[in-house]
Amino acid sequence: MPITYTSGEQVEVYRFSIPVTIGVPLLALFVQAFVPLRFPRFAVYFDLPLLVTIFFAMARRSPISGLLTGAFIGLAQDMLGHNPIGIYGIAKTVVGYGASSLGVKLDVENAGARLLVTLGFYFVHAAVYFTVARGLVNITQTWSWPHGILAGLANAFLGVILYFLLDKFKQRT
Amino acid sequence: MESVLSRYRNLIILVGVLFLQVLGLAMQVKKNGNDEEKTRLIRIWAVGAVTPFERALVWVQSGSGSLWHNYFYLRGVRAENRELKQQIEQMRLEQVRLAEDAAQARRLQTLLAFKEQFVSRTVAAQVIGSSGSDHSRIVYIDKGESAGIRRDMAVITANGIVGKVLLVYPSVSQVLMISDESSGVGALLEKSRLQGVLRGSSNGEVVLERVMSDEQVRVGETVLTSGGDQIFPKGLPVGTVANVGRGKDLFLNIKIKPATDLSQLEEVLVLVEKQERQSAADDGPRMRASDILAQRLPSVPDKPAADAKAAGAASPDTGVNASAGQAKPEAKAQNQAAIKTQATTAPAKLGSTPKPGSASSLATGPAKPVRKPAPAGGAPITIIPADSTSTAPRTVEDSRGSATAGEGGASQGNPPTAEQPTAAKPSAPPQPDPQTPPSPNRRH
Repeated sequence: MPITYTSGEQVEVYRFSIPVTIGVPLLALFVQAFVPLRFPRFAVYFDLPLLVTIFFAMARRSPISGLLTGAFIGLAQDMLGHNPIGIYGIAKTVVGYGASSLGVKLDVENAGARLLVTLGFYFVHAAVYFTVARGLVNITQTWSWPHGILAGLANAFLGVILYFLLDKFKQRT
Repeated sequence: MESVLSRYRNLIILVGVLFLQVLGLAMQVKKNGNDEEKTRLIRIWAVGAVTPFERALVWVQSGSGSLWHNYFYLRGVRAENRELKQQIEQMRLEQVRLAEDAAQARRLQTLLAFKEQFVSRTVAAQVIGSSGSDHSRIVYIDKGESAGIRRDMAVITANGIVGKVLLVYPSVSQVLMISDESSGVGALLEKSRLQGVLRGSSNGEVVLERVMSDEQVRVGETVLTSGGDQIFPKGLPVGTVANVGRGKDLFLNIKIKPATDLSQLEEVLVLVEKQERQSAADDGPRMRASDILAQRLPSVPDKPAADAKAAGAASPDTGVNASAGQAKPEAKAQNQAAIKTQATTAPAKLGSTPKPGSASSLATGPAKPVRKPAPAGGAPITIIPADSTSTAPRTVEDSRGSATAGEGGASQGNPPTAEQPTAAKPSAPPQPDPQTPPSPNRRH
């Protein structure tokens, strides 16, 4: 029976090796940039860097490392696009901070919790991104609820699968 | 104080990191769109970190694919097919160029001093990556500065346009696709010739903007580049009209289906050199609008030979109406020289009285019309000789028009007025120049 609400002491904190810490986000960025060439809808629905950010943040359970992970991954994602650098950075920083803070409070090891957390943080990410893009950079953005919900669910389901794969790289502290 | 800092340490760091990023964003936005130069280095790092893997993967993929296709599946057939496809691509480009050229000629656009651009040299490139985000519709190609690619070069396929080069790195370039929100391409509808601006949208659709709502736009009509953006040559296919609806303000919202499948890009062509060609109108001397109008109007028949003296120097066999409607002084001088020559070699039997301000227009000659070559840049002169035995006035016509002037008279280019003598009708109506289009202003 998984524990769904724990105190900080009861929650396990994981760490990752340096190759995994660097390699997995880079691989996620690479796949995110390459796969749409063969499967164009991939970039429309999936955001692998976001899933990786959520996973590392939740596993480490440290808000500082979570927000820094999010910031680095987001900034790297910004650099591959043509929009001003920092939009994804800010959004993923917030997500990293939120996910790690939530990870401290909640045990998100089971699939259901992961699904809901990923779905929720997808919308947080989208909200921050749209706010920054429209408010600070004045980029025209339109929000579509059907598309947003579909993409959120798609990311949540992919996240559940991805987290179980990435669980293999966890190291207990 | 220390306890407050330690208590809110996480929050403070979060705010600090966010503040730094917002600051960075503000600096980029403040540069008003020229952030590429400021952020170029870090973008190069990011691109340099990712594109080698993409390039390697594409290489492995294409290598293994070509191994299978060329040696195991069908030896040689694939290579031949690729060559043929390349030939087709080149021929399509050529076809587009020729078709547009011919269409322009039909529309008499040679009268406009419009510089037309043609595709001259392209560099083939392979698409190796994308931004991975639907908020930034860009792709990366495996050719960069070393291959001669520069910023703002057009990127096309044989089917149509793709986008433009946004950033150039040593061996990689970033291409902004036409479906991106920040993209803008000058476009026109092929049949109606309505011009607009092609823009991307947040959901990846391509929309033609700035077409007034009272215009008729049909679904399925082809959209071409207009050349007005100075990036894409004129006449390249953009796509077809997929849907027409009411847009904002007074404009239509025209959705375009791109001719190129932007989601399935593999190989593209970068236009590294555009051949600029001057229209034919620029080759010759410039003409004024009044001169062009004068060319199209028929001449008014001259008065009968009431004044034989004035016609005394006319040629017996050829009638020449020295038109004053000449656009160019050389042409006028040629006509005048011809008149003088003829006047000194043959006596006139018939002639017309030169009107004040009109050239002497006299001739008799064989009944066969003679068509003289046109002076440089001008329309041909049709000379219709009068019957040598007839006393009728010469039915001499200069295709340049009706306005006549005396030797050395200035070109007026005005149609005949009521004050001009028309009472003496010629026995035969003047024959219009077959090259002259019918004009509502035509008078006989």
